[in-house]
Amino acid sequence: MSNTEVKQIEELTNKEYKYGFVTDIEADSLPKGLNEDIVRQLSQIKGEPEFLLNWRLKALRHWQKMKEPNWANIKYPPIDYQEISYYSAPKKKPQLKSLDEVDPELLETYEKLGISLNEQKMLAGVAVDAVFDSVSVATTFKAKLNEMGIIFCSFSEAVKNHPDLVKKYLGSVVPYTDNFFASLNSAVFSDGSFAYIPKGVRCPMELSTYFRINAANTGQFERTLIIADEGSYVSYLEGCTAPMRDENQLHAAVVELVALDNAQIKYSTVQNWYPGDKDGKGGIYNFVTKRGACRGVNSKISWTQVETGSAITWKYPGCILQGDNSIGEFYSVAITNNYQQADTGTKMIHLGKNTKSTIISKGISAGRGQNSYRGLVKVSKKADNARNFSQCDSLLIGDRCGAHTFPYLEINSPSAQIEHEATTSKIGEDQIFYLNQRGIDTENAIGLIVNGYVKEVLAELPMEFAVEATKLLSISLEGSVG
Amino acid sequence: MLEVINLHANVEGNEILKGINLKVNAGEIHAIMGPNGSGKSTFAQVLAGKEEYEVTDGEVIYEGKNLLDLSAEDRAREGLFLAFQYPIEIPGVSNTNLLKTALNEIRKYRGEEELDTMEFLSLIKNKMKLVELEESFLKRSVNEGFSGGEKKRNEIFQMAVLNPKLAILDETDSGLDIDALKIVANGVNQLKTKNNATIVVTHYQRLLNYIIPDFVHVLHKGKIVKSGGKELAYELEEKGYEWLKNGSEVLAD
Repeated sequence: MSNTEVKQIEELTNKEYKYGFVTDIEADSLPKGLNEDIVRQLSQIKGEPEFLLNWRLKALRHWQKMKEPNWANIKYPPIDYQEISYYSAPKKKPQLKSLDEVDPELLETYEKLGISLNEQKMLAGVAVDAVFDSVSVATTFKAKLNEMGIIFCSFSEAVKNHPDLVKKYLGSVVPYTDNFFASLNSAVFSDGSFAYIPKGVRCPMELSTYFRINAANTGQFERTLIIADEGSYVSYLEGCTAPMRDENQLHAAVVELVALDNAQIKYSTVQNWYPGDKDGKGGIYNFVTKRGACRGVNSKISWTQVETGSAITWKYPGCILQGDNSIGEFYSVAITNNYQQADTGTKMIHLGKNTKSTIISKGISAGRGQNSYRGLVKVSKKADNARNFSQCDSLLIGDRCGAHTFPYLEINSPSAQIEHEATTSKIGEDQIFYLNQRGIDTENAIGLIVNGYVKEVLAELPMEFAVEATKLLSISLEGSVG
Repeated sequence: MLEVINLHANVEGNEILKGINLKVNAGEIHAIMGPNGSGKSTFAQVLAGKEEYEVTDGEVIYEGKNLLDLSAEDRAREGLFLAFQYPIEIPGVSNTNLLKTALNEIRKYRGEEELDTMEFLSLIKNKMKLVELEESFLKRSVNEGFSGGEKKRNEIFQMAVLNPKLAILDETDSGLDIDALKIVANGVNQLKTKNNATIVVTHYQRLLNYIIPDFVHVLHKGKIVKSGGKELAYELEEKGYEWLKNGSEVLAD
């Protein structure tokens, strides 16, 4: 090899490396505070088109006139929005040499969850060999998705490469005026995921399952947009059963789903953000707006969530059932242990004829946890023959926790059929003793009861995640009974 | 198999058991009788390891081990089984699931291999016949919506599957009509071998017509005041507990 050739190769490789990691404008982070300048700078750093900057600015101006909501059944100290820095360049995690350097407590949890050794290394930020199964699997699948015309990329990439799709659908389900946290997100969202499934395509794999370990750190204001074009199907999985820590206490994400005629979207979440310590210190505040529009006829959107983490969960994934015969589903398990608080539920808005919705909510409260179900079922005048079935169950472990149910019904059509069932039960010492007497220890006894209680919801999760979620539930409730 | 020596126990600060002595050998059936509030159920629960009951004095040796040092689950894994007087409902947990978990926990403890689903199913289907339960019963949640008779049959069914060394039946006859009583008693008798033992706790003599005890003990005010053969049960039926209560005053003095 000649000297020039070597030089050329070096240049090429260096070039790729250089441009792969550095943004056009040199800025590590923006100063604290939120105003128009900040939003302009943020948009400039990200190299966004004009329409997006304008949209962000409209959101900001709207947000500045809004008040933080206080109707939820949660308590937290006031948040100073001017004390937050709204952009920082993704930092590379410090690389560790081996698992020996990782917090043993964290490793123990990975072990219990049954996460593979290689994956443990990725999650904990340990350097991994170049040949790593999941990475090559991910690459193979990306090629396959491309072939089928499926777009699956970060939100920033979508803005650069598919601005028309972003422009058409961004804010079409959750407008920037929607609520305090959605408006804030609209003004300052950092990144997130984007997926588009073309007409008639059935996405052959769970999106994000294979990518979860490689996902970039998207920060505290995440934005996700998924569009299922006519006759398509996609199952999307968000989150991870492995415990997630973040320096940012406030998280305000927005997820928008659009299902056109005969399309189906299945969106599953396993949320395990840091819940704070046993005394309730620290922990993530998770204020999320998630909504799907069943825009086309016969379309269907299912939300399945397993919420075990965060100090505060404020979240109501809903469906707007616009298309005739469209279906909305919500399956939820929410656990609050120690000092965790959750106010979560759904909104089912029936607009089209013969629309159907199902709500299955299972709250579990332990320790001093407070768990509220809040759900709205609304049937408009024109929504002939709308049907809803809601079941909201609460399970209490111990006697210092609480469960609350706030169902709201707005029925404007006489042909609507609405059913609501609710139960509250308690894991008692007598049940535990009964199981102990059959040779089952207390931890497994609680696991048995809890898994029996949530099996309807877990059945909706993709198989491998259902298995992890089952273990996660047991871990989340460890030590909750004397 | 079991030796209870001077056992004292408190419930919420009140002394309920005031020095019980009892010896049970393999192959024996013991009946413990006594009026309401004499401490029969407390005795059964203390042996099973209920934490709320505080043992203040005495010893219990079970198969050479100090029983009181073991957790409730380890006692069960060592082969002690309590058929509850009031079996509790556990919604969402099927009978199959409970039994499979329990059986495998016990096998694991004993260093035996866990049963796979097929082996397990054939075992339980076999045992169900013993107490005449329908197969649809397996899918139902533990004791949820069961009639009194079904609950008691379920206890004996669990006992059949878990195959304990020492079974304690706490008022298993209460709330049973005569047909159900026969089914339950028949199940217990069929499970009897020369290697296991049974303690039948009961208020009435009725059950003892079907499960014939080798020994009968009368518990009164937390003490065994009289022991004898099965004829003692007939005597009690005839004369009532008053006869012994008076006697016990004499004994206590």
